[in-house]
Amino acid sequence: MSGTETGPVVVELTNAAKHFGPVRALDGVSLRVHPGDCVGLVGHNGAGKSTLVNLVNGALAPTGGSVTFPGGTDGVRAVFQELSLCPNLTVAENLRVSHPGLTGLRWRRAARAEIGASLDRVFPDHGIDVDAPVDTLSIAQRQMVEIAIGFAPRAGQARLVILDEPTSALDAGIAEQLLAHVRRFCAAGGAVIFISHMMGEIFSVANRIVVLKDGRSVAERPAAEFTRQGLVDAMGHVVTAAAAAAARAAPGEIVIEAEGLNARRGEIVGLSGLAGHGQAAALARIYLARTSGWRTAGPSRSKQTANAVFVAGDRGRDGVFPLWSILRNVSISVLGRDARAGVVNRRAERTLAEDWRRRIGIRTDNLDNPLLSLSGGNQQKVLFARALASDAEVVIMDDPMRGVDVGTKQDVYAMIRAEAAKGRTFLWYSTETEEVCQCDRVFVFRNGTISAELTGADITEEKILEASFEMQDALPQVVPA
Amino acid sequence: MNRYRILLPVVSLAVLLGLTFWMQPRAMSYFGVNLLFNLAVPIALATVAQMFIIMVNDIDLSIGAFVSLAACVTATWLNDAPLIGLLAMAALILAYAGMGAVIHALELPAIVVTLGMSFVWGGLALFLLPTPGGAAPEWLRAIMKVKPPLVPMAVVAALLIAGVTHLLVIRAGLGTVLRGVGGNPRALTRAGWNVMQLKALAYAGAGLFGVLAGMALVGLTTAADANIALRYTLLSIAGVILGGGEFTGGKVSPVGAVIGALTLTLAASFLSFMRLSPDWQIGAQGAILILVLTARLIFARRGETT
Amino acid sequence: MSLAGMTSKPWIWAWAAAALAFAATLVLTQGRGAGELAYAALSFGAFAAIVGLGQMLVITLGPGNVDLSIPATMTLAATLALKFMGSDPGTALPGLAIALAVGLGVGAANFALIFLLRLPPIIATLAASLIYQSLAIWSNRGLRIKPPTGLAEFATGRFLGLPNVAWVGLALALMVWVLLERSLWGRWLLASGQNLRAARLAGVPVEAVRAATYLAVAVFAALAGYLLASFSGGAALNMGAEYLLMSIAVVVIGGSSIAGGNSNVPGVWGAALFMFLVVSMLNSYGAAAGVRNVLTGTIIIAIVIAASSRRARI
Repeated sequence: MSGTETGPVVVELTNAAKHFGPVRALDGVSLRVHPGDCVGLVGHNGAGKSTLVNLVNGALAPTGGSVTFPGGTDGVRAVFQELSLCPNLTVAENLRVSHPGLTGLRWRRAARAEIGASLDRVFPDHGIDVDAPVDTLSIAQRQMVEIAIGFAPRAGQARLVILDEPTSALDAGIAEQLLAHVRRFCAAGGAVIFISHMMGEIFSVANRIVVLKDGRSVAERPAAEFTRQGLVDAMGHVVTAAAAAAARAAPGEIVIEAEGLNARRGEIVGLSGLAGHGQAAALARIYLARTSGWRTAGPSRSKQTANAVFVAGDRGRDGVFPLWSILRNVSISVLGRDARAGVVNRRAERTLAEDWRRRIGIRTDNLDNPLLSLSGGNQQKVLFARALASDAEVVIMDDPMRGVDVGTKQDVYAMIRAEAAKGRTFLWYSTETEEVCQCDRVFVFRNGTISAELTGADITEEKILEASFEMQDALPQVVPA
Repeated sequence: MNRYRILLPVVSLAVLLGLTFWMQPRAMSYFGVNLLFNLAVPIALATVAQMFIIMVNDIDLSIGAFVSLAACVTATWLNDAPLIGLLAMAALILAYAGMGAVIHALELPAIVVTLGMSFVWGGLALFLLPTPGGAAPEWLRAIMKVKPPLVPMAVVAALLIAGVTHLLVIRAGLGTVLRGVGGNPRALTRAGWNVMQLKALAYAGAGLFGVLAGMALVGLTTAADANIALRYTLLSIAGVILGGGEFTGGKVSPVGAVIGALTLTLAASFLSFMRLSPDWQIGAQGAILILVLTARLIFARRGETT
Repeated sequence: MSLAGMTSKPWIWAWAAAALAFAATLVLTQGRGAGELAYAALSFGAFAAIVGLGQMLVITLGPGNVDLSIPATMTLAATLALKFMGSDPGTALPGLAIALAVGLGVGAANFALIFLLRLPPIIATLAASLIYQSLAIWSNRGLRIKPPTGLAEFATGRFLGLPNVAWVGLALALMVWVLLERSLWGRWLLASGQNLRAARLAGVPVEAVRAATYLAVAVFAALAGYLLASFSGGAALNMGAEYLLMSIAVVVIGGSSIAGGNSNVPGVWGAALFMFLVVSMLNSYGAAAGVRNVLTGTIIIAIVIAASSRRARI
């Protein structure tokens, strides 16, 4: 069943590139998928996997090279990581949305039969009611429905199915059913592009593995020619800057104890694991529980009510006030402290913002410029300045370094370290191992719960990966504090 | 939760109906029921029209003015020159579809565009009928006054409206896709649908039912004026929500919307039967609305905890 | 001023439109009656401006926030205040206190429905307004109580050549402007309207901001009702009816963003004048009521489309 270099081709990418302005999301990748192929696609975050998927399913047009389908695009489907079902419709009705051929008075019966059969085929004993509205299903069940719609005939036949992290929400047993189906599907002449962080799965289904790094294909070989270590090496090691072993303040008393984790005064505590495994939600809950929508945070009365500030990583959703100037975006969290009789102290506001512009290096000649005139990295610095300018004892950071350049990162690390030495406590969720290695202690999340706690020398990429992946060949390693 | 969505409006209507009959046993007759629900027919049609808009995550502040205009067209052109009248009605429905397309294409807030359109509809209605008047076409009056055996016209009409819209919106494939627009428009775009066309279609549905509401209203009142249905805007929004609909997410129930309209109409009659002063009729509608929505909240909280 | 500077001050459009309508009317009368027209526009525009300022604050809170109970609040406050005053001299201030208290009560009730029952503001204020309306009908009982003479004289009087109600409207506009531009609360409101979640995560007390805003809009509506009843010689049950659409229209025409987070105080006044002037212009050109409405609606939509394409260009 291994793909041959000749014969029919489902999709062919020739030197395909996609540039977003100066950003080269995909920088000339060639790939040929034959019937019966199962291509495993691996790479770190930002290596270009999602861009490649979007080129193949037609959501994006390449800026260079070509993407061709010798047999047409019929039967090419993509199952996305983020869900694309209509939550208000039932399972069967969702099939109707992606299958316009279902018409006539009895379309509903046909839809029920088709989606039911597809679910039975991929996930035997799935227990999903095809008449249940999707918003009554669990996340795992929704993912199963989406996969089943991808493999359903839909008046034709699936020829190429792209699966983007299909198992991230599934438990091991269900994931195994999917892998078995993928193997059957490819044996019967279907093609699959399979994207996963979980090495075990890749080795279990793929006959060929393509490794992406910085928008380029750095290795493409039959799966049998890779070893696990070889694959990790090909993806490239994340440089682990040896955490400055400078004298750290002796940790003080516990100031945070929630969501199964704890942090001491002056400590930098990391949250790690695969993206979307509950870290961000846990951070938001911790923050919301410690602050109120009815009053501003006053001076802390006791260690349990230490006030907190939040540094958003999803800037658009959680952090930025898009209509405002840089100045107003920096000062919003501290206005209450400096205000007199409810009137904003504009002189203090400007002094503070100018001070932080220098300290954190926001690249602008005028703080009155709109915030959106800044680059993403500089917007992120504004959010750092907003948080660090406050008196809060606890700083909660939700993957705060997105888009920040290397040099600035080092400055921010130093700043965080200095603030921690002064007694501030940091909770720091990051998808980058390099950042996690800056922490004193790390909690690794998997499926919404903490799967490991690592300290000191145990904070290494390998240990974090082990605890993040549900791998059949590696047990999570729990290191007591 | 989905079962409650229709259960709650049904229970609310049944309770209110039971109380009405208990207060005023004479209402429990063919003519009594007809009297109670007669005016509910145009309101139910207007509520269904509003539902088409709420289904795609928008809101229509112009439906009352639009129904008034349709009533004026019915009482003038449709009566005097039926062909021109029908063409005018078709043009009104097309205008609604165009409004939906423009709102989607230019990403305009529906609340403001429909607000502006309410002036336009109102102005056109005044243009047609500067003073109250006109006459209902004979056939229309005959339809609204028909006396079917056993069950009064108002009930038959309500069942018919509920049945037809249920088929259109819940059972039909295209109606399902339209609800999908409210649920997750991105999923529809990914599946290859043209969301602008779908939105225009939803608005056209609203236009159709708005026109029908105007015709039904004139059939009952036999004359029209430019302000005849202005209060339908708020009543229709309340009816949709009372019937288990939600403002976002494409969660609507046509049967619930019709029941919601009936409940609001009945609430007014009920209070007059209670010999409470007519001053409180409007307030009672508000209170019942709040009560039902509170009940829904309690159900929803239960649903969360179990 | 450069073109870019013009477009960054959206209130200019409302004022330009008002000036255009004013000029067009005077062309017909060959300049006669300019003073009277301006005086009338300021008098009638004041009521629209006052309710518009309140509605603007609510709309600034972001999508889905709007107060549909403004007409009922105006009627209820006016009715209760007039009933208390009973045309007796010297009761104007206690009457004002009654009206403002009604406003506070209505605002608190509205927000309680929104916050405790988690109702969408549209439906909460709509349902509650039906109750306020009934309260007004019940307490009024068809009586037409005249305002105390002194109060009526104040409401229809003038000071330094401007109508007294316009002075009130201008003072309120100034207050709201200061609040939005200089005060802590204004910053919090603008932040909440741009991104409620981000505001909460930045430490803004968003629930308190929302509560204060719904209180403010109701107090503004109550004050407008009190003044309007004094101005027109008594409360009528439908006195607030036209102010529902009017309050939303002046906010939108005035250049505030319907998406929230961006409010525009001068624009509200400009739009309020414009709404009066365009009607009197069409009147003086002999346009029938129907044409007037069609044009008004068309203008509202045209302004919304212009505003959205302006946004797209930035």
